[in-house]
Amino acid sequence: MNKRVLLLIPGVFFVAMLGLLLFGLGRDPNMVPSALVNRPLPEFSLPGLELDQTENNLVIASEDLKGGISIINFWATWCPPCHVEHPYLVEISQQEQDVTFIGVNYKDDLEEARLFLEEKGSPFEKIIVDLDGSLGIDFGVAGAPETFIVDSFGMIRYRHVGVINHQIWEETFEPVISRIK
Amino acid sequence: MNLSFPVLSKMRKLLFFFLLSFVCFLSANAAIEVYQFDDETQQQRFNALSDQLRCPMCLNSNLSGSDAPIAADLRAEIYEQILDGRSNDEIIDFMTQRYGDFINYRPPLNSGTFLLWFGPLILLLSGFLIIWRMGKNSQNLQTEDLSAEEQQRLKSLLAGKK
Repeated sequence: MNKRVLLLIPGVFFVAMLGLLLFGLGRDPNMVPSALVNRPLPEFSLPGLELDQTENNLVIASEDLKGGISIINFWATWCPPCHVEHPYLVEISQQEQDVTFIGVNYKDDLEEARLFLEEKGSPFEKIIVDLDGSLGIDFGVAGAPETFIVDSFGMIRYRHVGVINHQIWEETFEPVISRIK
Repeated sequence: MNLSFPVLSKMRKLLFFFLLSFVCFLSANAAIEVYQFDDETQQQRFNALSDQLRCPMCLNSNLSGSDAPIAADLRAEIYEQILDGRSNDEIIDFMTQRYGDFINYRPPLNSGTFLLWFGPLILLLSGFLIIWRMGKNSQNLQTEDLSAEEQQRLKSLLAGKK
């Protein structure tokens, strides 16, 4: 009897490995677990981008983002996927009135960023300027676009790498937002 | 004339591999900035850290081997922190806080990385265990599993064959 059980071990092991590998197939290898989820927003105080150019001394600090749910989107005009997701961001920011959309203009040319938003419309209530990418490093960003959901206490609750579209918004952003509301 | 062809193709092959090695040489040295250090130790620490830390963008290369913009930014960050007098542990902590254990090619040993460190060893040992048990069982099979009658029959069969 004991031997029969022993003979089963390779079979069980094989099935377990098969399950593990099948599970691994369905996962995106680029989805690295984020170190910042469920941690407070990094402290920062950086200049803001003003579209009308007249007053350019706006300063945005991490404290300013508390008190409501915000979506923080790292973007740049040099990043092609950012151009792809832009129209959807404009659309969803108009629909979602109780979520604040904050843009981080990441290592970009400010004049081009301004022109881009003037031409295509801005989904953002505020735009933080991160010229040298140091805020990006503090957020653990690997590139653009990346998007974070921050709750009203200033805690990061979700990190998304890559383009946001309708499907991704409905399947991943909406559940997180309704959970932390 | 015909005889010279194999020689030619051999030379071509050599030339091809020569050029190929040149291509590898180029790409291995693609990511280079010029950093000025106060002394040799700082330079060595910089090289060691950018070899040990993984690029968060292209996940299968380290910071020193990556052309991604974020890798250049992180190399600059390491450089500045070394000049600021921060220790290797402090710099690795800084990176881990932002990018997770994932950034470290030599991740720390904790509950989350236990399988990563010991998984292969566990698999190897259980493989040895299974082989050992199977070897033992097959010995048992030959000696124990035949009754006296069966032994008799086996003997007569073997004798009949001769």
